[in-house]
Amino acid sequence: MTPELGHFALILALLVAASTGVLALWGAQKNRAPWIALAKPGALALALLVTFSYLCLTWAFTQNDFSVRYVAEQSNSLLPLVYRVAGVWGGHEGSLLLWLLMLTWWTLLVRLFSRALPETMRARVIGVLCLVAAGFLLFILCTSNPFLRLLPGVPEGRDLNPMLQDPGLVIHPPLLYMGYVGFSVAYAFAVAALMSGKLDAAWARWSRPWTMAAWVFLTLGIAMGSWWAYYELGWGGWWFWDPVENASFMPWLAGTALIHSLAVTEKRGGFKNWTVLLAVSTFSLSLLGTFLVRSGVLTSVHAFASDPSRGIFILAFLVVVIGASLALFVWRAPKVGLGGRFGLFSRESLLLTNNVLLVVATGTVLLGTLYPLIIDALAVGKISVGPPYFNAVFVPIMTPLLFLIGVGPFARWKQASIPEIARLLKWALAVAIIVAIALPFAYGDWTPFVGLGIFAAVWIVLTALLHLIRQARATQGSGSFIASILKQPRHFWGMHLAHIGVAVFVAGVTIVGGYEEEKDVKMAPGDSVSVAGNTFRFLGVRQVKGPNYLAWQGDVELSKNDRFQRRLLPEKRIYHSSAMPMTEAAIDAGILRDVYVSLGEPIDRAHPETEWAMRVYYKPLVDWIWGGCILMALGGLIAMLDRRYRIRRNNPKAVS
Amino acid sequence: MRARHQRLLLITGALAALALIAFFVFSALNDNMAFFYSPTDVKEGKAPKNKLFRIGGLVETGSLTRQADGVTLSFVVTDTRARINVHYKGILPDLFSEGKGVVTQGRLNDEGIFVAQEVLAKHDENYMPPEAAQALQKAHEKGVGGGTSESAPKPEPALALPPAI
Repeated sequence: MTPELGHFALILALLVAASTGVLALWGAQKNRAPWIALAKPGALALALLVTFSYLCLTWAFTQNDFSVRYVAEQSNSLLPLVYRVAGVWGGHEGSLLLWLLMLTWWTLLVRLFSRALPETMRARVIGVLCLVAAGFLLFILCTSNPFLRLLPGVPEGRDLNPMLQDPGLVIHPPLLYMGYVGFSVAYAFAVAALMSGKLDAAWARWSRPWTMAAWVFLTLGIAMGSWWAYYELGWGGWWFWDPVENASFMPWLAGTALIHSLAVTEKRGGFKNWTVLLAVSTFSLSLLGTFLVRSGVLTSVHAFASDPSRGIFILAFLVVVIGASLALFVWRAPKVGLGGRFGLFSRESLLLTNNVLLVVATGTVLLGTLYPLIIDALAVGKISVGPPYFNAVFVPIMTPLLFLIGVGPFARWKQASIPEIARLLKWALAVAIIVAIALPFAYGDWTPFVGLGIFAAVWIVLTALLHLIRQARATQGSGSFIASILKQPRHFWGMHLAHIGVAVFVAGVTIVGGYEEEKDVKMAPGDSVSVAGNTFRFLGVRQVKGPNYLAWQGDVELSKNDRFQRRLLPEKRIYHSSAMPMTEAAIDAGILRDVYVSLGEPIDRAHPETEWAMRVYYKPLVDWIWGGCILMALGGLIAMLDRRYRIRRNNPKAVS
Repeated sequence: MRARHQRLLLITGALAALALIAFFVFSALNDNMAFFYSPTDVKEGKAPKNKLFRIGGLVETGSLTRQADGVTLSFVVTDTRARINVHYKGILPDLFSEGKGVVTQGRLNDEGIFVAQEVLAKHDENYMPPEAAQALQKAHEKGVGGGTSESAPKPEPALALPPAI
């Protein structure tokens, strides 16, 4: 009964979403107050219906209702409760429902936190979001209904893919989706502004915190996915340029461009058309990501059973979203007008360079991701584009960008002076160069790649600190310097924290890329192997029993300079339901380095209790990669909470 | 007039930069893409020398051997029509097993042995990489009796684990 209620709620939600969307937008256009007023209750009703439906599916999972096809495919009675709840988004249908759930929540949040917005603007934003929700509801109901029954029911479910049975899965997809879907708000604001014809600083100011929120979630989601791949897929990489990873990285790059271009639109009224295009592109890339991942065009851990009708539906949806917004853009853009003029070297021109570089980076990722699909579709052959391509193009594109992070904050709006900035930054430049030359020798050989990375990281941190000091002095007045530093606005702190996050990330990528060590070895009980001064002694394997798997657990003693550090317990698991083996790496994590050991396979499959092929790793500064991402997200969060976004239109205090 | 000159300069500069970037990106793409060949293609000499490419098919049952160091392996990839010897040093992905589909990336050496740099993991036990499936399909269309033929190998369990604890 519960699944039918969930299904019914989705049908009602479709009606609510479609009618609210159409009426609110039409009402806003014709200025009909009663229709405009529909937006608020519509958003609430939609969120409640979809949440109810989502809970119905969760209920079916927790109750092991294997007469629901989706539950039977994704769950198993032996599956621990937390994975049954998370298993809702372990497959295609449920993950779309999660997408939709988040969309309706974002819509509800817009309804709740948009008191500063004029009534018609809010109705337009909610209306656009409702139409997007209606599209997704139609998609779910037509091609991917998670509530379909399997009659007669089966006694036991097929189980969740063992790779997904991990705490990382509980967090990664929701974070990522919050980001993907969050950009729909930026999109809705852009479309609403186009409809009203008022693309102004106020629009950018409303849009900024929402865009930033989506960006924060996406950053965390990608970082979480990368971390999960690092420890769960068992082979020590943190980024593979897998098409599915690229699918999440493209909206991130475009979104990063968007948050910078919104700054120009808000402060200087410039880049308006460009900002709108970026908002449309970012959301389109989020949809494209969903299309690529869910359509089965790409095969990977994320691509579930493929069904061509689904891919075609998303593609059609994508065409409608992009086509309609571009048509609107073409119709409205000529009236938008340009912002203030700016000099060849100014903060505007530097942010423009930032945008161009980020968009080019997005384009190269898009090319590398889609090219194999195009070649395949043209039946020319089958190709794959691997990490060497992305590494070859990313380093030269990102290097100027990283350098400009240091310069940008010092440049004035409208017209900046190169000699002045050179004078301010020459010591930072000198120190960064010296560190870039000297520091790599602490790790080993000096290579251009490492030198460049260290230079960028040190440069960004130094310039951020310099800017902080300079800004604090400038606003110090008669108070103390420390008080002045602490009084700097949140958007200022947020910016520098995020930029320092980039530096930390770059340092991590550089050092781990330059100096990681890896060994694949055969180990018999009693054997030892060393990497970078860390000695691993293999004591043997034993059998252990998990809730739904059996495992060989290796016992490895880690020591450094003959001093015992700790025991590491890597596992090779076999899940009952699928007989699928899974490697669980054992990692000793640290701020300066991780050491990592994985059980490969037994040398003699008939005698797994003796020798094993094993992989050991030494990964210096690898945790800085995710630490940097967390700093970026934190910076975004702080910037988002800047006071100026919370000044309300009808604030009585402001009036009095 | 000044503003106009400035804009012209900006636009020209931007276009030149874009052209440079485009050239650079496409040449990087050209250098770093790996084409896919079936074992039959490789036997017929269609695969490039000294360039990375991918092959796919089934891992022939009973072909996996391990050298004394325990991590240097060799196995045979077949599309049921042609067989290619593959050498690989490292640890195989969890779902690699004899009789199952596989895709691997590497180069041919002078002896016609495919030296793999990467053996690609599949993501669940029922899944066949599309490239491998296509290779088998094509070989089947060409007629199984054509080259060195063997009947499709029977799959076997991936890893012998104790029946119970």
